[in-house]
Amino acid sequence: MSMKISTRQVDGVTILDLGGRITLGEGSVQLRDSVRDLLGKGQKKILLNLGEVNYIDSSGIGELVSAYTTVRNQGGELKLLNLTRKVHDLLQITKLYTVFDVKDDEASAIASYGHA
Amino acid sequence: MTGQQASRITYTLDSSLDSVNKVEQTAEQMARKAGVDEDEIFRISMAVREAAVNAVLHGNAYDPEKRMTASFENTGSSLVIRITDEGKGLDPSTLPDPLAPENLLRGSGRGIFLIRSFMDEVHFRQLHPGTELTLIKHLGSAPAGA
Repeated sequence: MSMKISTRQVDGVTILDLGGRITLGEGSVQLRDSVRDLLGKGQKKILLNLGEVNYIDSSGIGELVSAYTTVRNQGGELKLLNLTRKVHDLLQITKLYTVFDVKDDEASAIASYGHA
Repeated sequence: MTGQQASRITYTLDSSLDSVNKVEQTAEQMARKAGVDEDEIFRISMAVREAAVNAVLHGNAYDPEKRMTASFENTGSSLVIRITDEGKGLDPSTLPDPLAPENLLRGSGRGIFLIRSFMDEVHFRQLHPGTELTLIKHLGSAPAGA
């Protein structure tokens, strides 16, 4: 039921590979803690790979928004990669699809980050 | 506690995330049994999950003394799910619009909006104390929120 997170670095960008469910009390907390840890280490170029996320509820959507604003407020960039159709549809319905920078190719996503 | 009358099943549950998961899974099974397609099963079970989260988190505030009830009924023409809590009550007219530009970046406040997007009818009733939320999906209707 819970979410899996693994982290890797590519060309100065931290990619969080997420899988499973981002929901109240489960994935939401894990995602928040992971993003906070990265910011604490000064890693401010963050790419959330949601390709294996099969479920997200309103709490999970809220956590994505909070992660986005938290990273942005610290001068970083958080982008989304590989949305499943369900997550894509949810972001469309909630008008968040145009708020996030959404990518569907990892290499071009990496290249889109500014070089600090 | 479980009671059964005709095709209606009612659960009385404690205010926990386990209860939320149970209600969500029951809704999914009910929708699947009714023969709706996978996209609709997702929408129905998600709407019911959001209603259960509202009951447990915002209504009962995880109070171990308070219960959530969830009833599931297939009338033949509709799936009817009722979720009640014992909280302070919810006035839906006071909820901010999550699509308003000033609210888009809020970290919460999308649950009721998603419920309304995914179900054909949503009704609120004040119970004094508590709130009853009735979610209805008409069988054979066009997909909502598509």
